[in-house]
Amino acid sequence: MTGLFSEVFLSALLFGAVTAAIPLLLAGLGEQISEKAGVLNVGIEGMMLAGAYLGFVGAFYSGSLWLGFLTGAAGGAAVALVMALLCVRIGLNQIVIGIALTLGLEGLTALLHHFQFSRSYPRLPAADATVIPLLSDIPVIGPAFFKHHLIVYLAVALVFGMGYIYRRTQLGLNLQAAGDKPAALDVAGIDVVRTRTIAVLTTGALAGLGGAYLANVGAGLFIPFITNGAGFLGIVLAMLARGRPIWVLFGALLFGVCLSLTTAMQVAGINIPTDIIQMLPFLAVMIMLVLFGRRASLPAALGIPYERGAR
Amino acid sequence: MVGCRRGDPFTPPDDSCFLVLGFMSGFSSSSVAGRDIVALEGVTKRFPGIVANDSVDLSIRPGEVHVLLGENGAGKSTLIGMLSGLQQPDEGRILVDGKPTPITSPRHALALGIGTVFQHMMLVPTLTVAENLLLGEPWWQRPRTEELAARVAEITGTLGITVKLQAKVSELSLGEQQQVEILRAMLRNSRLLILDESTSMLTPKGIDELGALMRRLVEQGLAIVFITHKLKEAAAFGDRISVLKLGRKVGEIPPERFRTLGEQEIVSEIVELMFGKQKDDPEAVERPVRTARAGADPLLQVTDLAVAATDNAPGLSSISFDIRPGEILGIAGIDGNGQKQLAEALAGQRTATSGSVRLDGAAIETLSVGERRRRGLRYLTDDRLGEGTVGTFPVSINFFLKQVGAAPFWRNGVEQRAEIDKRAAQLVREYDVRTPSLKTPVARLSGGNIQKVLLARELAEGAKVVIFNKPTYGLDLANTLASRQRIRDTAARGLAVLLISTDLEELLGMCDRIAVIADGALVGTVENVDDARTKVGRLMIGLAA
Repeated sequence: MTGLFSEVFLSALLFGAVTAAIPLLLAGLGEQISEKAGVLNVGIEGMMLAGAYLGFVGAFYSGSLWLGFLTGAAGGAAVALVMALLCVRIGLNQIVIGIALTLGLEGLTALLHHFQFSRSYPRLPAADATVIPLLSDIPVIGPAFFKHHLIVYLAVALVFGMGYIYRRTQLGLNLQAAGDKPAALDVAGIDVVRTRTIAVLTTGALAGLGGAYLANVGAGLFIPFITNGAGFLGIVLAMLARGRPIWVLFGALLFGVCLSLTTAMQVAGINIPTDIIQMLPFLAVMIMLVLFGRRASLPAALGIPYERGAR
Repeated sequence: MVGCRRGDPFTPPDDSCFLVLGFMSGFSSSSVAGRDIVALEGVTKRFPGIVANDSVDLSIRPGEVHVLLGENGAGKSTLIGMLSGLQQPDEGRILVDGKPTPITSPRHALALGIGTVFQHMMLVPTLTVAENLLLGEPWWQRPRTEELAARVAEITGTLGITVKLQAKVSELSLGEQQQVEILRAMLRNSRLLILDESTSMLTPKGIDELGALMRRLVEQGLAIVFITHKLKEAAAFGDRISVLKLGRKVGEIPPERFRTLGEQEIVSEIVELMFGKQKDDPEAVERPVRTARAGADPLLQVTDLAVAATDNAPGLSSISFDIRPGEILGIAGIDGNGQKQLAEALAGQRTATSGSVRLDGAAIETLSVGERRRRGLRYLTDDRLGEGTVGTFPVSINFFLKQVGAAPFWRNGVEQRAEIDKRAAQLVREYDVRTPSLKTPVARLSGGNIQKVLLARELAEGAKVVIFNKPTYGLDLANTLASRQRIRDTAARGLAVLLISTDLEELLGMCDRIAVIADGALVGTVENVDDARTKVGRLMIGLAA
């Protein structure tokens, strides 16, 4: 028990928290774009799985993590393309299609993995960390936050990039109008279907990237159902963040700590059944929803397909 | 001013440029008049089951307010949909500047210089005014806020309106939102401005302001199409009037004739066109002089009623009045001054902080909504589809929504379909509800027929006091007249009626007394005799009667 609060333990816990938070962050940021534009993207779990699988395959055969991220993002976007066609263009129910995509991708990725690797789970070599000079020398915090793969810093930078897009650009205005009052956007001369399609594809790419990170950096391997609800946590994050990317970051870190804690507590050998420890992140979700759920504000047209001239 | 550079998002392409310059430098309207900007030739549009527009011809000219007049369902909105690119005609063609031009999308309509202010506001409530005005520019651009501010200042200056650019749209009144929409059309260099039912949400003062604004716009050489179903507005604001009836254009009064006629003559000519026989303003009805039952005890007595204000609604303070049997008490006032709160507090849907309400002598202020109803207090909401009916339920069930579970329509928790249908069929006949069948979901009916369902339900047996909240709001003329007659009959049966309305004419035509509400308090009560109009008017604008 004494090890629980040692410097090494703490920084390992926080390092794990960041690693666990990045897929949630990318999923949450992705979901946020879709929701801003009025599409409730329940298929994000499936997009993450597609990203995790294709990202792993890409990295495994090419030997390049970056190529893995690329194929992962492309895989997520490909699933998103189906969603965009069915839900945005044709206007089918977003929740039903989203669930179908998630369930379908769970099966498909497990099946493809089985064909390819049978029951073996080959590992990727550990990812190279980009060590930030000076900052990484700070005790506890240094090793926890400043010795990560480059993509981690890029993901955090994306938070601010998204904030800029939402608040300062024409694209941000269009996205918000597409979610809050699509008819107003349409009569202003902007194609609502196109705007929403762009949003959904971006969601897919980000979720796919998150999935690829989860498999390639977080775990170093692909196993079926590896995302284990990370996409759904992303939906919760996006809903609680009230349209602000920075809150997605805070939320992702909080969940990341919970996830990391489950591993850490098991390692530390605390005498609590592991099943209960593994409930922790989801308990955190429920507590957050109880505390902040009432204040979540969602776009007025969320989940409603846009049809010109309909009343 | 901003020039006509190509690629400038504020400027439409090509030939409209010179017109815009002309408009900005104050072309006299006569020099551009006489040529149609947009013309419809034999335009027909069908929807499943109905012909919304049947071979309509229309000519729209610069410097003119062209009024499209017609009742609900006359095809006005469909016509606008085709001009603004939301719908395409099935037959006939649309000419822009004399050339046949299919208007394929809202974007195309804007590029052609056709700007539309829709009946339902087309602004994003969560964005600021400036952001709303910037919507529609290419997505890769930085929003050009400074340039926008300069152009807005220029346009608002010539029009004499003020617009708060940094305010969130959700914080603006409906009238202000409408000005923003008009401004947006001007920013896009519209040559033709379409105003769809723009006065339906406005206060009387707002309507006058809109009229003056339209006049200034046409003086600058713009063409305006103004859609309304109110005869007086058509006569007051128009240069040319086209009358639509059941999808057909049944007549037109060109500007030359328009100018030679007085307002009364125009109104009677329009009525002639719309209804064939009647000569007079059909809304102007003689108020039958009722024998006042001064001796009778009041059926409804309200004393010092107060309701706490909430975030989005004003409160009520010291409301006192009483209504005798057979009497109609009107509540006049500008919309949003506590009318709905008053109605809901009386009906029990809103908790009163103090005061007493007596129904036929018995205190009811602590009773539940259902108990008040059972004792004879009925409330006809203005939110007909929201709280009034369940849209997906059939017409028959909607008649008995407030009696669910009660005999004889329900027994031991089981619906008695035969009983319900029998009584519903009776009510449909009695109240002239035009419905395809008793099983039709009520939301499919027109506003007027939904109102009849509500009337039938609330005036059913046991009613003693009836509160009507804006009973004719949004109805067409025929249904308005029918509803008013129903209210008069209610009073004539010896019931006490509280009539809340924002239509002063309606109140003057129906009430025995008129109380004026302002900021949640009754500021005065006026006997409805000769000079009531001026007295009520003075109270409404804050002067003592």
